[in-house]
Amino acid sequence: MAETGDGKKEDADYKRLQSFPLIRHTDMAEEMRVETMELCVTACEKFASNNENAAKMIKESMDKKFGSSWHVVIGEGFGFEVTHEVKNLLYMFFGGSLAVCVWKCS
Amino acid sequence: MSVPQKAAVKSEPDVACKPKPLYANFSANASRSEIYDFYQEELKRRETNKNKEERPIIDEEDDEGDEETQCTAKGEDWYWQDSSEEEEAPASAEPSGLRNFTYKKHDISQLAHAVKMMERAVVQNIHGDITDDFLYFEDPADEFRGEKGTLLPLWKFQYDKAKGLSVTALCWSTEYNDLFAVGLGSYGYTHEDRVGMLLFYTRKMHTYPEFIFNTDSGVMCIDIHKQLSHLVAVGLNNGCVAVYSLLEKSKQPIYKSTASAGKHKGPVMQVKWQEDHLDSNHNFISVSADGRVGSWTLREHELVFTDIIKLPATDKVPDDLKDVIATAGTSLDVHKQYDCFFLVASQSGTIYKGSKFISSTFLEEYDAHFLMSVKCVRWNPFYSNVFVSCGLDWMVKIWDERIKSPVFTFDLRADVTDVAWAPYSSTVFAAITTDRKVHVFDLSVNKYEALCQQIVVSRKKRPVKIEFNPVHPIIIVGDDRGHVISLKLSPNLRKKPKDKKGHELPSGPEVEIAKMEQLLSLVR
Repeated sequence: MAETGDGKKEDADYKRLQSFPLIRHTDMAEEMRVETMELCVTACEKFASNNENAAKMIKESMDKKFGSSWHVVIGEGFGFEVTHEVKNLLYMFFGGSLAVCVWKCS
Repeated sequence: MSVPQKAAVKSEPDVACKPKPLYANFSANASRSEIYDFYQEELKRRETNKNKEERPIIDEEDDEGDEETQCTAKGEDWYWQDSSEEEEAPASAEPSGLRNFTYKKHDISQLAHAVKMMERAVVQNIHGDITDDFLYFEDPADEFRGEKGTLLPLWKFQYDKAKGLSVTALCWSTEYNDLFAVGLGSYGYTHEDRVGMLLFYTRKMHTYPEFIFNTDSGVMCIDIHKQLSHLVAVGLNNGCVAVYSLLEKSKQPIYKSTASAGKHKGPVMQVKWQEDHLDSNHNFISVSADGRVGSWTLREHELVFTDIIKLPATDKVPDDLKDVIATAGTSLDVHKQYDCFFLVASQSGTIYKGSKFISSTFLEEYDAHFLMSVKCVRWNPFYSNVFVSCGLDWMVKIWDERIKSPVFTFDLRADVTDVAWAPYSSTVFAAITTDRKVHVFDLSVNKYEALCQQIVVSRKKRPVKIEFNPVHPIIIVGDDRGHVISLKLSPNLRKKPKDKKGHELPSGPEVEIAKMEQLLSLVR
């Protein structure tokens, strides 16, 4: 029991240490990248418990700002292969366990 | 009549004229473990970056500036590059004369200690004859010289980075009697004061200092704590004081006073450690050219300043300006027996005896050096009522604190810049003058002239400070070019008193006190 307790504390610890948003892969331009990253962080923090709503918020904002049509996936465990418009992909980590993938493909 | 219906023209949907966008594929796996690994890498990379910034990199390598690649049309990957190629800049070894290694990946600082020992051994081998002289040479010609003695030059201590600075303070360590501190600064005007240095030399390696501290203002005085030899109090030209600890790895003082209100406004001319307070906080007193004597206490994280007393203005100063124009204090010494008494010498030629606990007036005043600056005042290490003073009026005077006029007066024909008592005899003292000479006196042998008057520095330099080693029969003399030379006293200058039967008396403080007592009674 103590072990799992410790494990949970460690979890919480490194989540605190590593909750900064970290871009894993992107080919966006500087401005777009920064904006998108901030948007994702906001959305994930707002809808911390509901990935679908967070994704919905991100997708709708991206569509408005940068044109259709955007796709967003948020989760903790998934694999993917997508076709995306060049210079319109962002794949980042957040909060120590959340992965967000945003790409444009009409 | 029917109006012809216009055929509903279906406008063709807008065909976008922009070029068909390029597509690319991208795939990845998002899982807890992968995310965790990536974060760890990132943290590690940030650590090494931070360390690299702090430590000076000796070999300028290509910097990792290619991390942030520009996004090209091909959609180049943009992610934090792995920093496996970085050169590590290891902590630099203690600076020694052999400093120009190129630092490679392996940490070379482990060699530092071994290299230091090697350097010492090499230096001692090269200059072995000086060490032999220091240990064994006793000038046989002294027998034929009557009372006179000589000074044998030994080591010369120079530091090439100290060009343009003058020696302003010397202090031997009581615990390690081969170690002494040299303070470097300038005696010029305040606007000429650029930097200062605090160097520690050992006679075992005279080619390079053991410890080097750079200060932002010239060092004017040093005192090494008698019991805790790692604590060094330093007074600076800009009125600040600092306490350095030789145990600290960093070259910064452990305490430093700031130039805020209530502190010294002029160069600090002398600092002296005192006995710890009852609450075991270390403290020292200082005198500065703004005429105030203050006491500094080392609290937890700060230096606390308390005013003790202010030197009174001279008679020449008109009454309404008496508060404004200060009499500069030039030297300070603490009574050997009673820690609370001290002597302050002023630039107006008066010596004041004061007490730490009385802040309104001084206990005694001695008109020492007729209106010229008193350069140094020191209590006798054995006979605690006697002190010596020297001044720019060419005189060295010996005083008994109970008597208003000097007991002995010596005219040395040139400005006397420093005087020091010998630690082995209560009647021996040495003075240095601006005509490059050291004068050594022994009052029990000759009450009127010096036993030794020897030129010790070359023509363009002037000796500024002198100190006796507490244990060995050597003196160090600092000059105004930043060099320090050490000299050995010949046997005639170290004579022990002989009792009636002609045998040598055992040397002890009582004997010394008796000697002094005898001398004084003769004069009274």
